[in-house]
Amino acid sequence: MDQIPALIRVFAYLSLLTIGGGMAAFPEMKVQIVEVHHWLTSDQVTHVYSTGQMSPGPNMMMVAEVGQLVSGFLGALVCALAFFVPTGILTFLVGRVWKRLEHWPWRDSIQKGLGPVAIGLAVGGLITFGKGAITGWLTLIVGLITFYAVVKTKINPVFFILGSAVLGLFALR
Amino acid sequence: MATAPSAATPATTSPRTRVSPLAIFLTFLLVGATSFGGGVIAYLRDALVRNKQWFDDVEFLEMTSISNTLPGLNATNMAILAGDRLAGWLGAAAALIGMCLPAFLFMVGAGIVYAEHHARPLAAAALRGVAAAATGLIAATWYKIGKKSLRGFYDAFFVMAAILGINYFKWGVPITLLAVGAVAIFTYRPHTEPEKPAQEQEEWIRSLH
Repeated sequence: MDQIPALIRVFAYLSLLTIGGGMAAFPEMKVQIVEVHHWLTSDQVTHVYSTGQMSPGPNMMMVAEVGQLVSGFLGALVCALAFFVPTGILTFLVGRVWKRLEHWPWRDSIQKGLGPVAIGLAVGGLITFGKGAITGWLTLIVGLITFYAVVKTKINPVFFILGSAVLGLFALR
Repeated sequence: MATAPSAATPATTSPRTRVSPLAIFLTFLLVGATSFGGGVIAYLRDALVRNKQWFDDVEFLEMTSISNTLPGLNATNMAILAGDRLAGWLGAAAALIGMCLPAFLFMVGAGIVYAEHHARPLAAAALRGVAAAATGLIAATWYKIGKKSLRGFYDAFFVMAAILGINYFKWGVPITLLAVGAVAIFTYRPHTEPEKPAQEQEEWIRSLH
């Protein structure tokens, strides 16, 4: 219960870093959860983030699981609200003035500039995540097969995620 | 998942018929409950453009480009923008709640199960498998986005700068975002950048299917 204000602060702050998607914020999220607040261990962050990939809808709703683990249902609720509402209001407001910004020359500059930065931040986040997730030959092979299949085929990735869970049960104990 | 997109629905300027917040909520609830495996944008296009025909491709593309530029996730940013255009702030709220509710319940449930069982070796083993596959999935998602949207030396430079800022120089996300972002925006300041044809972006959105 006493963690609720900290949860709100941390996840509202993290939400502002999700330029281009949730992965951009991952390294900072890990620092905040593991090192600053000691809410979860590094492995647990990897587990919870991975669980988010199995969820329908926005995968970053994994923030609700963090809240649930720290402070129960109220924790889950405030994490979700803190993470989705402030950026939501920003999007709402910018969405309304977007048309009027059409002739503001910097609008294009911001879009063109932030595009590659968002990709770089996401890859940076993925490298941080991968260090916790790819821990040996077998996990490396699973990751590469999934990568190849998602790039080359139309098979829904959730099947690879579920298949890897089953494989993990047998081979990664 | 999808067949060829219907070519060139004309961009309508006629006033849109208002959609009820309940209909918006239910539509986004369905997308929020069925969009497994990431790539929510593709699911949204199926629902909003093809199925409900609430938007044409031009307007949908415009909304994705706003979504991408702002903080926040694509799924929720798109819900807010689309909901607002269909029924004002009430529509935006209905879309956001519909989009988020299934994932919220899923993750709360996952948290309850995880709190109970995370110490079990089998649970950790299964999650190790999931984490490995998730790494591949996320890498593939960004590989596809990068392949479609990165052009030229500066783009590659800013991608590298952000990666090095995070993983090598350990600047942290906020500093890296502000520093590299500011330099990138300045580099693409008005009237210096090569134009990127709009058609390319439309191809990008089709390629999501």
